[in-house]
Amino acid sequence: MNAPLPGPLNDNPSLDRWVAFPAPGKVTINTGRVEIGQGVLTAMAQIASDELDVAMGRIAIHSGDTERAPNEGYTAGSQSIQFGGVAMRQACADVRALFLDQAAKIIGCKAGELSIRDGSILRDGASSGQDYWTLAGAVDLAVKATGTGPRKAVADFKTIGANSARLDLPGKIFGDAVFIHDMKFDGMLHARVVRQPNRGATIGAIDEAAITHAAKGDVSFVRHGDFLAIVGDSETAVDLAGAAAVNHVTWHNVEAPTALQQEAAWLLQRPAIDRVIGAPEPSDAQGKERFEATYSRGHLAHASISPSCGLAEFHDGHLTVWTHCQGVFPLRGMLAKTLGLDASAITVHHAQGSGCYGHNGADDAAADAAIIAMQMPGKPIRVRWRREEEFVYEPKSPAMVVKVRALLDDDGKPADWTQEIWSGTHNKRPGAGGILLGAQALPNPLPEPPPACVPESSGGGGTRNGEPLYDIAAKRIVHHLVTETPVRTSALRGLGAMPNVFAIECAIDELAERAGQDPVAYRLSIIADKRARAVIEKVAAMAKWQSGAPSGGGHGRGIAFSRYKNRAAYCAVVVELDVDEEIRVRHVWCATDAGLVVNPDGAINQIEGGIVQSISWVLKEQVRFDNAVASFDWETYPVLKFSEVPEIDCELINTKDEVPLGVGEVTAGPTAAAIGNAVSHALGARIRDLPLTRERIMAALLKN
Amino acid sequence: MTKPIDFTVNGKYVSASPSNEDTPLLNVLRNEFGLMGTRFGCGLEQCGCCMVLIDGQPEKCCTKPISSVAGKSITTVEGLGTAEYPHPLQQAFIDEQAGQCGYCLAGILISAKALLAKSPSPTRKEIALALDGNICRCGSHNRIMRAVEKAAAVMRAGAAS
Repeated sequence: MNAPLPGPLNDNPSLDRWVAFPAPGKVTINTGRVEIGQGVLTAMAQIASDELDVAMGRIAIHSGDTERAPNEGYTAGSQSIQFGGVAMRQACADVRALFLDQAAKIIGCKAGELSIRDGSILRDGASSGQDYWTLAGAVDLAVKATGTGPRKAVADFKTIGANSARLDLPGKIFGDAVFIHDMKFDGMLHARVVRQPNRGATIGAIDEAAITHAAKGDVSFVRHGDFLAIVGDSETAVDLAGAAAVNHVTWHNVEAPTALQQEAAWLLQRPAIDRVIGAPEPSDAQGKERFEATYSRGHLAHASISPSCGLAEFHDGHLTVWTHCQGVFPLRGMLAKTLGLDASAITVHHAQGSGCYGHNGADDAAADAAIIAMQMPGKPIRVRWRREEEFVYEPKSPAMVVKVRALLDDDGKPADWTQEIWSGTHNKRPGAGGILLGAQALPNPLPEPPPACVPESSGGGGTRNGEPLYDIAAKRIVHHLVTETPVRTSALRGLGAMPNVFAIECAIDELAERAGQDPVAYRLSIIADKRARAVIEKVAAMAKWQSGAPSGGGHGRGIAFSRYKNRAAYCAVVVELDVDEEIRVRHVWCATDAGLVVNPDGAINQIEGGIVQSISWVLKEQVRFDNAVASFDWETYPVLKFSEVPEIDCELINTKDEVPLGVGEVTAGPTAAAIGNAVSHALGARIRDLPLTRERIMAALLKN
Repeated sequence: MTKPIDFTVNGKYVSASPSNEDTPLLNVLRNEFGLMGTRFGCGLEQCGCCMVLIDGQPEKCCTKPISSVAGKSITTVEGLGTAEYPHPLQQAFIDEQAGQCGYCLAGILISAKALLAKSPSPTRKEIALALDGNICRCGSHNRIMRAVEKAAAVMRAGAAS
């Protein structure tokens, strides 16, 4: 009898894709999920440790590799543990059961009499002389998972649910060569790309003499259509040439984003694909109390601390690529299409980069290296983007406008809710909604895929968290997918959840104020979901929330809540801050219910990080346009500094019997909205547009 | 080829022979000496990933010409400690799980080392200001600052004993 398999295991059912026993005392687990600073590999090892009954120290993890690891698509959407982890659990449980069956056969007993302790098979608690490694030759793991291996009961977890030190951190703390940037091959050449400003732009003139002079060393030029790169032995020479080339290569058909396009309001009059999701518009709206408010946010950059890097070598007709992207299989598929190779002629390996927080330049840098490598067979090529290149050419999180329209009942509670959303796409990942950047410059580039966003079945993009979780009789989303954006837009941590939750939770505060009610009490009065109530009540207790605190004195507190994607982890946040000409966030409290948590300290690390990043987005971040992308370094795109980070207290509500849910993205929306509500409390005036700049604070004060 | 430039790295005499005397110290450390702990972040002296100690002072080395460090003493993160003999800062960073992607950590450890050398009992505010030249994009700031406080306490206790 087979049981239904978790999705990734169903897609990759052969157990040898997941687990191997390569040498006595050693276990290798393969996961399609990749380490992007979130600690996923440590959590996977914890899961395998419990389900296989082997010590953590025996487990080596192989991750993100088109040759050996399972194809799990992207490491994205806070789904690695929810889906990939559950698949790993079942794969290990199935493997364990196969070994117990084999041991029972050899020993001549029932499998039920056997147990496993750190890889050794025990009969009635005593050593049987067998272990995983003595049996490994006789147990064929190239068989399909059945889903019938019994998973550990929650009460029997030893490693799952206990804090586990991150396996990858020591190497980073001792300065080891752990990043893709640190990889070296014999004969490796460094390369920088002279970026095509936009699709359709063509090279006019290349002043090779000026570029070579600036390099102060030997460099050569690789050109394929309008794809131009500078290659050489010396990284210093290639760097100098790459920087100089910006001023010594001319382009035709250049399009550049304008200052007008910078603001989210620009979206309102643009061509769009319009949809209505949810309840029909009410026919009896007459006479009802109405609420309407419009919120917005500008474009954001991922602003990864390291510029993207990719390595590639084309040798004997086979292309090998190293990348820090989130999906090695989708990248392989897109490279095959771009380069005219069969997917079987391409191997893609993941290597760690800096935190990406979504779709940054990683895939594109890998493609750059691959394009150059195809022009220079036999030579390993290393492309590292320039800082400016990363800021200007990484896909941006799209600007959004969100208009909330609510009809209120006699108690001032929402009875009908419309969330009208204007947004560019949140998905131009290669192969999903976009193509690789360098591929646009090649002769006969692949067509741009038709405009689309992440479907609601995958959590939605612009519509993510567009519907309030509150008990409202009728809710609908009116979605305008703006089909042309001033710059390429794609996935950033939480996609549309941050602007949507900002709008919903600020609107809920405005409604509470209108009803003369405390924001916490008002929320609790319109939501029955027990886990939602629990995080709201918890965070209020943590922050010693008091209703009726005076407003307008420059000091404020705000609360906000959401359930990520309306189906994942629950999170509530309280923010305390001071405002004069600018905002100083002083303290943040956060309560999260993510179901069964594999590594609590790792989860809290992610939650804290999400809070800090959201504060940075809300207070400081917007990509500027001025006939170019005018945010091109850390001075023109500042992020939160150490001296600006508040105290943060996080607690997990332990619901071990619930399915594990990711936490990387849960805090983005609630933190933003809690800041918005706290600023309103502090100023006695509301700012509905992000970021909360000094100009907007002054304007709000003047309006008061 | 310029004439060799002599200096010390982590206590060892070294000689660099870059093709261009403006070659950044960072490129020499990484590409000539294979010391990969000092990271490239921006090439603009803005982010602090490339922080090293030059004669004890924390400095960003992504644009620092190699010719300017002749005769000087450089300390990189590899010079702090090893997995076997960690520096108290490194041990505290592990204890506090102070990091996510970890790309910024080497530079932050160097800035913290410089701070503790001149201020053995720094306040949280002093730590924050000392680290403002380092960007952490993942949001591990509070763990990092806790780790620096913890290391400071360990080092003070060590000095007193």
